[in-house]
Amino acid sequence: MDLFEYQARDLLAAHGVPVLPGGVAETPEQAEAIAREIAAPVVVKAQVKVGGRGKAGGVKLADDPESAKARAQDILGLDIKGHITHRVMVAQASDIAEEYYFSYLLDRSNRTFLAMASKEGGMEIEQLAVERPEALARIPVDASVGVDAQKAAEIVDAAGFPAEVRDQVIAIAVQLWDVFTKEDATLVEINPLAKAPDGTVLALDAKVTLDENASFRHGDHDALEDSASADPLEAAAKEKDLNYVKLQGEVGIIGNGAGLVMSTLDVVAYAGEEFGGVRPANFLDIGGGASAEVMANGLGIILSDPAVKSVFVNVFGGITACDAVANGIVHALGILGDEATKPLVVRLDGNNVEEGRRILAEAAHPLVTVVDTMDGAARRAAELAAA
Amino acid sequence: MSIFLTENSKVIVQGMTGSEGRKHTQRMLASGTAVVGGVNPSKAGQDVDFDGTSVPVFGSVADAMKETGADVSVVFVPPKFAKDAVLEAVDAQIGMAVVITEGIPVHDSTYFWAHAQGGSTRIVGPNCPGLISPGRSNAGIIPANITQAGTIGLVSKSGTLTYQMMYELRDIGFSTAVGIGGDPVIGTTHIDCLQAFQEDPETEAIVMIGEIGGDAEERAADFIKANVTKPVVGYVAGFTAPEGKTMGHAGAIVSGSAGTAAAKQEALEAAGVRVGKTPSEAARLMREIVGA
Repeated sequence: MDLFEYQARDLLAAHGVPVLPGGVAETPEQAEAIAREIAAPVVVKAQVKVGGRGKAGGVKLADDPESAKARAQDILGLDIKGHITHRVMVAQASDIAEEYYFSYLLDRSNRTFLAMASKEGGMEIEQLAVERPEALARIPVDASVGVDAQKAAEIVDAAGFPAEVRDQVIAIAVQLWDVFTKEDATLVEINPLAKAPDGTVLALDAKVTLDENASFRHGDHDALEDSASADPLEAAAKEKDLNYVKLQGEVGIIGNGAGLVMSTLDVVAYAGEEFGGVRPANFLDIGGGASAEVMANGLGIILSDPAVKSVFVNVFGGITACDAVANGIVHALGILGDEATKPLVVRLDGNNVEEGRRILAEAAHPLVTVVDTMDGAARRAAELAAA
Repeated sequence: MSIFLTENSKVIVQGMTGSEGRKHTQRMLASGTAVVGGVNPSKAGQDVDFDGTSVPVFGSVADAMKETGADVSVVFVPPKFAKDAVLEAVDAQIGMAVVITEGIPVHDSTYFWAHAQGGSTRIVGPNCPGLISPGRSNAGIIPANITQAGTIGLVSKSGTLTYQMMYELRDIGFSTAVGIGGDPVIGTTHIDCLQAFQEDPETEAIVMIGEIGGDAEERAADFIKANVTKPVVGYVAGFTAPEGKTMGHAGAIVSGSAGTAAAKQEALEAAGVRVGKTPSEAARLMREIVGA
C-alpha cells in the first residue's frame, strides 16, 4: 500500500524523523486554519499518489492564511494525471540550502534490503541513477543485521555527505531504518532530504510503501487505506475477502489461483483480438478451494459490473475436484437467481472432470456453456462479449 | 532420479495439527510420502491418526530430526508464526524447508532467507505449493493424482499453472515439479531448479513457468544460455496485467518497464527457449520436443 505524503510525514514524525510542521486539509477553510496555526509562509501541496504534481500546478506557496485558503481552493479537485485531488497538505515553507536523497527499499533481485543515498537530491532519482550512477551510493543491508549508527555512517560516507551534516544524516538514517522495519515498509524514500539555511536537516517529502501482508501486526495501518478513491467494485469485493482487480474490458473472469487467472486474462485478450478487441473486465482469484459460497460472491460482483457482457469461469480442479466445483457453480447460480443475467462460459479440467461436466450438463442452466479447453472457452467468451 | 525430493525423503510437517496441515498431511501420506512426524511444542508426545497411519508429534524440529532422521520439513504454520518456524528449521539444519504459508510479511521472509545463508537448509517458497517427485514423494499441496512419473522437469511461480501443465502433459509425466512461489523474496529460484534439472539424468526436458514482476525470468534466461543444454519450453503469465496493480501474488506487480511479461518472453526466446503464447501452446511445444 502506497501512502499519501501527509501519511508518510506523520509516520516519519512518529519515529522521530525531523519534518516541518503541517497538516492535511480537505477544504480551503481547513487549509486556512492550519496556515494560521503555523503562522509563517506555507506550501500547499496536492495529495495524490503520482509524480509530477509541481508541474501540474499541484504545489503552491502562500504567504498568509488567506492566500493558503485561495491556493487550496485552486488545488482541491485538480486532476493530476487522472488522479483527482481530494486533500492538500499545508506545511511550513522552508528555504533550502542543499537537497539530498535517502531511501531504504526491498531489493528483490538480491533478496536483501538496500540503502540508497546521494548528496544530490531533489531531481528524479531514476534519472540520476542512469546519468551519474557514481553519485548514488547503493549499500546492501543484511535483513538479519539491520542498520545501527555504524552501518548508517558507512552509508552516509559512501554517499559523501558534507561533513557539517554528517552526524545529522547518520541519526536520520537510523530513524528511517526504524520506520522501515517497525512499520513493515518495502520503501521509505526521502526526496528531498533538505538542509535549511540554518544547517538543520529535514525530510521535506517522503514516499512510503507498506507491506499489506504485515497488517496483522499493525492495527493502525487499516486507517491509512484510501477507501475514497477505491473503485466501488473493488471495495465491494474486498468486503467479501475476494481477490479482485477491476480492468477496462467486457469479459468477466473468475478462476482459481493467481497464476491461472493472470494467464486467463492473457488468453481472453488474445482471443478478443478476433472479436473487435474485447478485453478481460477484471482479475478475480477465488483461490484453490473454489467453494460454492465464494463462487457465488465472485459471480455476484462480476455480474454487477455494467461493463461485463459475458463471463468466463476457468477452474482447474486439483485439491478441490471438478465435481465439487461444478456443484459450486450450480449452487452459486441458484443463490443468485434472477441476478444472473449474462452468459457464462465454463471450462473445467483436472480431477473428476467428466463428473463435473456431467453435473453442469444435467443442470442445463440456460446461461451456461461448457467448453473443454481454456483456449476454446476464451474464444467463446470473447465471441459472446462482442455479440 | 529426481531433484530435491526422492523416495528416501523423510518428511516432517510444522503445523501438522492445524486444519490445513492435517488435510495435506493426509494427502501427502496417501500419495506415498514418508511423513514421519509433526512439530507442535504444545502437543509433543501425542500421535495423530491418519486413516490408520499413526504420525508422532514432536516438540521441536531438532527433536523430530533426532528421532526420525527427517530431512525435509513442510511448513503450514500461519503467517504470524512462520518466521520463527522457518528459523527453527534452519537452526536445526534440516536439508529442506518447504514453506507453503501464504501472506508472510516480506520483512520476515527476507530475514529468514538472510539467516539461512551459509547454512545447510534449502528453502522452497514461501507462498508456494511445494514440490512433487511423482510416485516417490510429495512435499506440499500439489495434487498427486493429476500426473505420473516421467521425464519432464517443471519449475513455476504459480500453483494452479503448475497443476494445469502437469495435467496437460500427464501422459509423458514428470521427474519433479517445483512450485517456487509468487512472493517477492523466495528461497529456491528458477535458476536453482534449472541447474538441478540439467544435472538430473532422468530429466530430459524442462518447462519453466514465469509471471510478471521482478527479474527472475530474465536471470534464468541468462543462466539457460550459459549452462542448460536440455530443451526448455517457457510460458509467462501477465501480458494484460496493468502497471502498479497486484494480481494476487505479492510479487506479481509491474512498476515501470521492468518485469513485464513481454520483456521476460523476449529474454527467454533470446536464450533459445520456445515460449508458448498460452499454457496449451507451451504443452504442445513440449510434445514436439519429446516426440510424444
